[in-house]
Amino acid sequence: MTTATAPATTVGRHRHGLWWRVRRNGSAYGFLAVPLLLFMVFTVFALVFAFYLTFHEWSIIEPERPFVGLQNYSDMLADESYLRSIVNTFYFTGVSVPVTMAIGLLVALLLNLPLRGRGIIRTLYFLPVVTPFVVIAIVWKWLYNGDFGLFNYYLMQTGIIESPLLFLADPDLAMPSVIAMSIWSGVGFSMVIYLAALQAVPFQLYEAARVDGATRLQQLWHVTIPQLRPTTVFLLVIGIINSFQVFTQIFIMTSGGPVERTTTVVYFIYNAAFKFYEFGYASTLAFGLFALLFVFTLVQLHLYRKGEQ
Amino acid sequence: MSTTTAPQPPQPVEVVTALPDPGIPPRRRRRTWLWLAYLVLVPGALLFVAPFAWLVSASFQRIGDMFSYPPQWIPQDPSLDGYRQFLGIGQEFAGGPQAWRWFLNSAFVATSVTVLQLFFNSLAAYVFAKRQFPGRDLIFALFLITMMIPGQITLIPNYLVLKHVPLFGGNDIFGQGGSGWLDSYYGLILPGAVSAFGIFLLRQYMVSIPDELLDAARIDGASELRIYARIVLPLCRPALAATGIFTFQGAWEDFFWPLIIVSSPDKYTAPLGLALFVVENRTQWDVLMAGSVIASLPMIVVFIIFQRQFIQGIAVSGLKG
Repeated sequence: MTTATAPATTVGRHRHGLWWRVRRNGSAYGFLAVPLLLFMVFTVFALVFAFYLTFHEWSIIEPERPFVGLQNYSDMLADESYLRSIVNTFYFTGVSVPVTMAIGLLVALLLNLPLRGRGIIRTLYFLPVVTPFVVIAIVWKWLYNGDFGLFNYYLMQTGIIESPLLFLADPDLAMPSVIAMSIWSGVGFSMVIYLAALQAVPFQLYEAARVDGATRLQQLWHVTIPQLRPTTVFLLVIGIINSFQVFTQIFIMTSGGPVERTTTVVYFIYNAAFKFYEFGYASTLAFGLFALLFVFTLVQLHLYRKGEQ
Repeated sequence: MSTTTAPQPPQPVEVVTALPDPGIPPRRRRRTWLWLAYLVLVPGALLFVAPFAWLVSASFQRIGDMFSYPPQWIPQDPSLDGYRQFLGIGQEFAGGPQAWRWFLNSAFVATSVTVLQLFFNSLAAYVFAKRQFPGRDLIFALFLITMMIPGQITLIPNYLVLKHVPLFGGNDIFGQGGSGWLDSYYGLILPGAVSAFGIFLLRQYMVSIPDELLDAARIDGASELRIYARIVLPLCRPALAATGIFTFQGAWEDFFWPLIIVSSPDKYTAPLGLALFVVENRTQWDVLMAGSVIASLPMIVVFIIFQRQFIQGIAVSGLKG
């Protein structure tokens, strides 16, 4: 593994020798050994095994684990609860991702102005990003409470509503409430990414635009927004991937209810696997999620490339 | 554990505080813009702080005061009962949740995951960035491809793998009969000890280290291990700091994985303990608020101290949790 005693003059002579190469490569394989082993077990093997599971009826409590062919897949496509959870997840993603990005962009644009105290303001917007998500979900569950939550108190004080709203128990309000909380927790992240991108826009572009007589709003529309395009795509892809996997706030705030209105794909998979112990079926559902994500990412990247040309 | 992806290579990001002024319009118009900006930003910032302010305030209130109308933003009759009960301090709270243990578990697990990841990720990243050997690109491509796969797919197999680790948790040599590494620190830590995404980020950083530097060290007779430890690691300090903080945060607040593999209360991490507490004991809000404050403090302190690395790390890696 070591060449500590090899004098400089011998290096050239051994450069192409077999022994030299084995020794050199040996250390490289040695460096890789443990990371590769962990990766092989927890990712590669896991992936293959998950695929194997999708063809079996595999329950941790049943000793019999028969091969069932494509049964799990056809069950999945006929499972109305699963399809509803996909619709719920689309609803969640379709609202929360664009709104989070838009607010993040607005805040970033404003914070990019030469304001006094913007370091502090940036920190305040960013606080939810560093707070454990479980804590955020707990606090918001309290804020939404029907009897003594702060939202109901202030909404009733200001006369906007007459009687308390059951934010998390009303089938029509539950998902919007979860979305509002998720937006609140995600704005700081979009803001930081947009802020970094804004500060990388070459100022010559603004000079050129000014020379051409562009107003501030025109500069924003014709210089800034196009320059932020890669960042926007990046946030969109990341945002969709992450919000397709929304779980924690559902688990803590609504447990998927009322009447499955906030049951998302991952919450559904979690229940299939660790409540009903249907490992084969749950793996199939996870692959279904993966297929959805994969298609979405491909479509987005395709649209992005098309837009670039 | 999280295998979410950055589909495009992250651009190097510089978070500058001074920026080129995009325009020099007439003074008065400019001032209007600034006032408008404050008008939007400050109320917005209040919305972002208010839940935290309420959380801290509520954690110092007795449970009866927490329900008072109008809400008390400043506790009229401050009390430490929530904290004492949560941490099991004092005779009357001896039967409480003993939650100090959850925080020790979280600290231990998050620290271990961070140290192991920095070590293993940087080892692998160095090999992928600077060493030539047969099979390198193939293995690296394998790492990259799997970054696309959502963590839910590998969840169930990993659960089964951990359950059947031989000779642990009452298992026989064939991994049957017991619970293996489920409900253990091994199970909490090891699946997170390597991250394909972390390797990718560090590799991108290491590629920029000049080969001449490493060759010079080789000619001087330095071993590969020495080159890695004495040259590569120190040069990567900023990248290591950024990914390290980020890894720690992810591990500290991770909820899904502990939820699945941990069952006994003395192995709970802080987020898991809090979440199960809220799901099971719906009424003890004072205890819960105190626990939430304690769970948030470490990350907020780390954030305030390392704000710069933190924001860079998140901007570069483009990921949260």
